[in-house]
Amino acid sequence: MTAIQFDPIRLPPEAQALRAEVRAFVRQEIDAGTFDPHRGALLLESNADFSRKVGARGWIGMTWPKRYGGRERSFLERYVVTEELRVANAPVGLHFTADRQSGPMLLKFAGERVKADILPRITRGECCFCIGMSEPDSGSDLFAAKTRALRCESGWRVRGTKLWTTGAHRADYMIGLFRTSAPTKDNRRHGLTQFLVDMTAPGIKVNPIANTLGQHEFNEVVFDDMFVPDEHALGEIDMAWKQAASELGYERSGPERFLEISYVLFELVRVLGSSPDARGAEGIGRLVAQLHTLRRMSVSVNGMLQAGKDPTLEGSIVKDMGTVWQQLLPHKARDLTAFIDGETHDRKRFDQLLAHATGIVPKLTIQGGTSEVLRGIIARGLGLR
Amino acid sequence: MNDNSHMIADTTRRIFRELGDPQTLRTTDARHRLWSALESAGLTRTWIPEALDGSGASLADGFEVIRIAGEFAISVPLAETLLSGWLLQQAGIAMPQGASTVAPVDVRDRITADPAGALTGTARAVPFAADAAHIVIMYTHGDRAFVGSVDRGLCRIEERTNLAGDARDSVALQGVAPRAMAQAAINFDALMLMGAAVRCTQMAGALQAILDLSVAYANERVAFEKPIAKFQAIQHSLAKLAGEAAAALAAAGSAADAIATASQTAADIFLEVASAKIRVGEAATTAAAIAHQVHGAIGFSQEHVLHRYTHRLWAWRDDFGSESYWAVRLGRLVAGSGADALWPMLAAR
Repeated sequence: MTAIQFDPIRLPPEAQALRAEVRAFVRQEIDAGTFDPHRGALLLESNADFSRKVGARGWIGMTWPKRYGGRERSFLERYVVTEELRVANAPVGLHFTADRQSGPMLLKFAGERVKADILPRITRGECCFCIGMSEPDSGSDLFAAKTRALRCESGWRVRGTKLWTTGAHRADYMIGLFRTSAPTKDNRRHGLTQFLVDMTAPGIKVNPIANTLGQHEFNEVVFDDMFVPDEHALGEIDMAWKQAASELGYERSGPERFLEISYVLFELVRVLGSSPDARGAEGIGRLVAQLHTLRRMSVSVNGMLQAGKDPTLEGSIVKDMGTVWQQLLPHKARDLTAFIDGETHDRKRFDQLLAHATGIVPKLTIQGGTSEVLRGIIARGLGLR
Repeated sequence: MNDNSHMIADTTRRIFRELGDPQTLRTTDARHRLWSALESAGLTRTWIPEALDGSGASLADGFEVIRIAGEFAISVPLAETLLSGWLLQQAGIAMPQGASTVAPVDVRDRITADPAGALTGTARAVPFAADAAHIVIMYTHGDRAFVGSVDRGLCRIEERTNLAGDARDSVALQGVAPRAMAQAAINFDALMLMGAAVRCTQMAGALQAILDLSVAYANERVAFEKPIAKFQAIQHSLAKLAGEAAAALAAAGSAADAIATASQTAADIFLEVASAKIRVGEAATTAAAIAHQVHGAIGFSQEHVLHRYTHRLWAWRDDFGSESYWAVRLGRLVAGSGADALWPMLAAR
């Protein structure tokens, strides 16, 4: 038997109590005009005021130790906060990357001084991170990275280019993957090291790249002899490949993997009205069943992580299936509303959101591990490679 | 899982490994041997409390028995007998010995009692009716739901089979007096939901099995001078099959858990079970196609076991309400409650 496991985990009462708090907060912010939940926004739109307020509530880095500004709450509680902010289409762009992966990375691999300096600022919602992985000739194949970090006195000098770096233009820091040695004959993954990069350091240039919707979300980041101090090297030199794996479970199985454009489903239900015909009802029913199942899988993976298990295989399955589902969602919504006449029904907002979502979805199966890479990981888990 | 749960699961697995190979279960004799083993281990009375001469195992244990049986493409009325026991015990009726099935199972069928209590009506596609010693009927008497047990010999059975060749008989009752009866504590919908949860559970087991068969075959079969498992096209197909099997496992597991947990309301159970029957049915369609594609011609032959699973997966989609049936109901519920109620409903679990 293959070892795929999805325990039927329920969110504990304290997590559901927290959900009510988050909902009240979101409602208050929408009423105050901080953001419009129905705008067709960037997936990770930033709002510094909003992130500070979320931080003040204790909802950033909430699983981290208290001495670094964390609240020592469970991963399932964090899960609920992530869900509610995503479903409300809240502008979490400033803090989300740091909260999800950069902070945990520092917590595990940075020295005490770096942790004490940066982690509390992340939890206050004052510190934005980006991830420097892809390069012009290295995307899914991370181990082809060429950007070099050369040893120098008391640190490293970095030369090269990162590409498709989401949010680099607003980030205070980057976690960058740089080549510190050549790969060895028997291990091509050898020789890469992760570094904390101060984005204000001299020798960094961030060039905007417009996406297909004309938005500025990702960038080219050029390093021209940038200095990185020793204490910003994260973990073991040359051994980044060993460190990456443990982060992937969290990164891939989160609710954002299927809730990023959930507003399409909610607006679809609104446009079809309270008594749809059999076609409309069946369409909604199937989408709701699929979303419910994805969510149960995701909660299960997070519950297993909380329990100290290693659901790498399950997390990859959730990301692959969740992003493919989201990618089809706007097109299914379009089909199901084909006979809803815009002249007689108010579908203006729906059409605007649908157009935006249709344009956005191609990226979902590329960012954070392409479907092809994920299926390779799943195939390995099945014993095929 | 406690020790007792482990023991029940282990026993089920041992019996099916020994006697439940879906390829050898085509003869009445072989099916008989399997059934006797299940019966003497007490597994056929899993959901009947000890006070009513059953095993008194938990709902969760019974679902695990059914899931394991699904891994062997179960072709004896084990799931139906468990369901019969569950239906009878909630009305406080003891279950007679022997294999049993329930009727109706088609959401459109109804059986009614006349003022004297004699039952009339037809139930279509009743699983294993011809093999059962008795049939547990849910029927209406006046405006109330009742449960009664009827001897198979008193029914007019028209033998039919489903896609997999398993009995799906038409059962006609014309003024039949039930052997024992009592008012039901549940309604007809609750029976359909329980039946759907049972089918989803065995389908999840069968989907795991076709994943394992397909992975093993891809590792053995050599083409173009290497095992076909080494081809990326095959790896990605099997990754998708694994995803479908995983979705089925999660959806069915969650539905079974909702039913087994006392704190879940009828609305919770409806959402969970309807979603599971929809999603597991969809998984069966996608996964069976991939499994056949990976197996090539051998998987399309009688001598290979694969079709014992895929034919049943296709057939089981229709029992206790199809994907379309539950999707229309779920969609109407969601639409009727309004767009803003959808997320709170999903997030509550």
